[in-house]
Amino acid sequence: MKSVLVIGNGMVGYKFCEKFVANQVDGNYKLTVFGEEPRPAYDRVHLSEFFENQDAKKLELAPRNWYEENKIELITGERVSAIQRDLKKIQTSSGKEYTYDYLVLATGSLPFVPPIDGVNKEGVFVYRTIEDLEGMLAYAGKLKQEKPEAKAAVLGGGLLGLEAAKAVMDMGLEPHVVEFAPKLMPRQLDNRGSNVLKLKLESLGINIHLNKATSKILGNGSIEGMQFGEDDALETDMLVISAGIRPRDELAKSCNLEMGTRGGIVVNNKMQTSDPSIFAIGEVALYNQMIYGLVAPGYEMADIAVEQIIGDPDKQMTEDIDMSTKLKLIGVDVASFGEPFMPAEKGHSILFENKTKHLYKRINVSHDGQKLLGGILIGDASDYNMLHQIYLNGMDLPENVEDLILGARSGGESSFGSAMSLPDTAQICSCENVLKQDICGGLLEGKTCNLKDVMAETKAATGCGGCKPMVTELVNETLKSLGQEVKETICEHFEYTRQELYGILKVKKVHTFDEALEACGKGHGCEVCKPLIASILASLYNDTANKEEVIQDSNDKFLANIQRNGTYSVVPRIPGGEITPEKLIVIGEVAKEYDLYTKITGGQRIDLFGAELHQLPAIWKTLIDAGFESGHAYGKSLRTVKSCVGSTWCRYGMDESVSFAIELEDRYKGLRSPHKLKGGVSGCIRECAEARGKDFGVIAVEGGWNLYVCGNGGATPKHALLLAEQIDNETCIKYLDRFLMYYIRTAAPLMRTAAWLDKLEGGIEQLKQVVVNDSLNIADELEQEMEQLVDAYECEWKQIVEDEQLQGRFKHFINSEDSDDNLVFVPMREQKMPKAW
Amino acid sequence: MDVLTSAYKTVKESEVNVWFEVAKAEDFPKDGGVCVKYKDKQIAVYNFTRKGTWYACQNVCPHKMEMVLSRGMIGDENGIPKVACPMHKKTFSLETGENLNGDLDAIAMYPVKVENNIVYIGFSE
Ligand code: SRM
Ligand SMILES: Cc1cc2nc3c(=O)[nH]c(=O)nc-3n(C[C@H](O)[C@H](O)[C@H](O)COP(=O)(O)OP(=O)(O)OC[C@H]3O[C@@H](n4cnc5c(N)ncnc54)[C@H](O)[C@@H]3O)c2cc1C
Ligand code: SF4
Ligand code: FES
Repeated sequence: MKSVLVIGNGMVGYKFCEKFVANQVDGNYKLTVFGEEPRPAYDRVHLSEFFENQDAKKLELAPRNWYEENKIELITGERVSAIQRDLKKIQTSSGKEYTYDYLVLATGSLPFVPPIDGVNKEGVFVYRTIEDLEGMLAYAGKLKQEKPEAKAAVLGGGLLGLEAAKAVMDMGLEPHVVEFAPKLMPRQLDNRGSNVLKLKLESLGINIHLNKATSKILGNGSIEGMQFGEDDALETDMLVISAGIRPRDELAKSCNLEMGTRGGIVVNNKMQTSDPSIFAIGEVALYNQMIYGLVAPGYEMADIAVEQIIGDPDKQMTEDIDMSTKLKLIGVDVASFGEPFMPAEKGHSILFENKTKHLYKRINVSHDGQKLLGGILIGDASDYNMLHQIYLNGMDLPENVEDLILGARSGGESSFGSAMSLPDTAQICSCENVLKQDICGGLLEGKTCNLKDVMAETKAATGCGGCKPMVTELVNETLKSLGQEVKETICEHFEYTRQELYGILKVKKVHTFDEALEACGKGHGCEVCKPLIASILASLYNDTANKEEVIQDSNDKFLANIQRNGTYSVVPRIPGGEITPEKLIVIGEVAKEYDLYTKITGGQRIDLFGAELHQLPAIWKTLIDAGFESGHAYGKSLRTVKSCVGSTWCRYGMDESVSFAIELEDRYKGLRSPHKLKGGVSGCIRECAEARGKDFGVIAVEGGWNLYVCGNGGATPKHALLLAEQIDNETCIKYLDRFLMYYIRTAAPLMRTAAWLDKLEGGIEQLKQVVVNDSLNIADELEQEMEQLVDAYECEWKQIVEDEQLQGRFKHFINSEDSDDNLVFVPMREQKMPKAW
Repeated sequence: MDVLTSAYKTVKESEVNVWFEVAKAEDFPKDGGVCVKYKDKQIAVYNFTRKGTWYACQNVCPHKMEMVLSRGMIGDENGIPKVACPMHKKTFSLETGENLNGDLDAIAMYPVKVENNIVYIGFSE
């Protein structure tokens, strides 16, 4: 049996193993992998996600037992310290020796740390491994305790530096980026692009310092600042160095393989080093005089090396490596592809810049206007995938080339066509080199039948994930072309969409979760399908969450929102935001009695935080006795109908917005829906109730109300669209009944109305047809269903308060009257808050 | 923070020295959980009626150290019975305590027996 040793278990070293396993047929090779890091290879590209969940396992490329199952010996936490080429032998730091027939160097690179005076001070970090991130987190945590306004600087304004800046900002530190060059991302952006990006980052709170040559790290033991020129300095409590990479070529150097003048192991187009039995791949390999700091070329190198050993030795590495990149920084879109700068002799550039919106787009086009040569997108990179494809495949450009960045300005059609119009050989996933034909072919031949299959089979979209929208589109369109509908089933227990399940439960008159499982499910359910079915049952019969408490989502189960320390919040309904002084006093008294943190919410009502589980029934009893009802702040159900003061007081008011808001809130309170619902009523077009930012919004105009639907604030804000104009109260309610019921019947789980409308074929025009013109002939049915739900309304907190048995679930212990002694509060301003984790 | 979880160690049936009497079986919600106080410990107990089995584990979630697991929802995944924490939906096997959707430490599990309709949890001390 021949022995193949791989030094380095990083992203590329792992990819080598994966491809080796996939190609090996006869089992004649024994693969042994050495990794210096303590854990198996992980996804460095998504390293920053570690800050979100500190879940190293999530980043793992394959679990340890994958190596075992594939008969690969994985030795982690062990550095290879020497290579003896004459004996074909290597030695590890603990003195073990292994011989090889083939040796693969995949040792990657190290962050480059410039030789600045004081760079060894405490608080200076690099950004490469999970251990680096753990160190940063611990240090930042300590800093924050000592100094709430601590600052963190990042040295280097490249791709990685900006990612690091976002990370330190998320840790709650004041971020500063220090760059030597006069622009950001100097390798990818032109000056204009850099200027726009700088404005955008500054608007997000990231401070940018260009043209700064750091001469010294200041501080006594730990870092306190950075010195630039003579009297130019920046105070900072932490520093992350992200000033480029240096290949880890020390092993190769010591055994005299051919090296580049500035480092890196020289390889040919078969990834062979100057010793034909030794290969180098990934960030340590110098190919075409270049080190490529990206995974995609590394993965291709891994593939070529595998082919050399056990496949087709004629296969060669691509000549021109595509260096296109899209920044993953959340909150800023930045992408550059092909040739971003382009000298004038090669072609012309078309530029679009709008600094007020932080937008900059540049495309470089050949002189004859036929081919796309490259470009830069800042502020909106939604067209990156398509432009990148046009560039890669040398596709013909539209007649008005500027449409590519400005959008077609007549008709509203996209100037691109869909991903289906790409040639079969278009490379869709560059990390894994997956072509369009690989994705669509498997589906057409029936080898794969959904996105998950396609991703597992072709590995498309499993690398950086940037191509996922395009892969999804290709899968969906191909399935559609086969006459199949694309369905998103709920979970392993119910192989239906929410809409299908809604229909089944309704027709079969299912009333409990067990009946649902029996009717169309399997297994025992889970945290995904249980609350979903609870929501459908509530929408069908308006049973309250007390009916079957064990299938309710955690907040519905206790009819309150759980807070970060396990206590709950209390939000009584205050319809339309109108409240009497008497009721205000009751809220104040309750808050005082139970020592609750009190705040006016963004929804025009009052939230009382920090109630313990066992206190909830008593608190609600007082509130209900005073005439309050549940505010359903915990449910996927109607929250508030916000109002402005309207014509009763306001000199501009056209109608009584408060009265109508109260009427609507009372009508739809308790209505369970796929996601939460919010409404607003404004007395005139000045729109003080922000009605167009709601799922339904009503605005008084001359001659009646205008009804808008499908808006929201939140993560993806959308303005509501006009559904009907100048209608009276009665018509408005009729349309709302139809609209809401139609949404409840057909939306996917946790889909707000705006996202639902996006998916609805025909969009708002189709919705008008259904709701206003009754094109589906279901309007009567929808209205009746809503009427039944309205009639069936009961306050679920009232049910609890009146029924001692139902109060049982609010005890912390089943066998003791004690409360949770684990809770700790600390004072804040004149109130309190939970002690931080 | 680790002090909170370090007090909880899985107890095997064979290691039980005390069978602590908790309550009548019908006091437990069907297919739901409750919290039990034993000395200074908080134990979550689930009556997995659909499977006809009972499970007990530490109440503290190893994710953010909150005493909340008894308020989680139970179910199964590929046949493994599990509980989902109500805070951030981390799931744990009710057979081994293992964290199924992450690499948090496993939670400690305790044996449960029901005799003459009374529910007992087993402790080693
Ligand atoms: C209390 C409040 C913040 C405040 O102090 O003002 C709040 C608090 C929470 N919001 Fe909100 N939102 C509050 C008004 C809003 C608003 C403003 C509004 O309603 O006009 C919005 C934007 C408008 C909108 O929804 O379109 C808002 C958009 C969100 C979102 C994003 C929804 C989206 O579609 O993107 C979430 C997350 C979700 O629901 O998935 C959210 C989720 C939450 C949760 C439930 C998060 C959680 O699971 O713990 C918070 C519960 C706190 C609690 O225990 O009560 N909250 N939240 C506000 C309660 C209003 C009320 O009286 O009921
Ligand atoms: C935060 C971050 C974000 C990134 N984002 C992107 C992105 O968006 N897109 C993109 O294409 N690329 C990105 N990259 C770059 C990408 O991660 C690298 O190109 C890729 O990891 C290179 O893989 P590699 O296997 O060559 O090196 P590595 O992943 O560094 O692996 C080398 C491994 O070898 C080990 N090793 C070294 N010497 C020895 C020895 N003597 N004995 C034993 N083991 C040894 C090292 O410990 C290391 O584990 C990012 C990198 C970082 C750090
Ligand atoms: S925006 Fe809403 S969800 Fe986010 S922290 Fe504030 S209250 Fe919580
Ligand atoms: S506290 Fe349990 S999942 Fe976060």
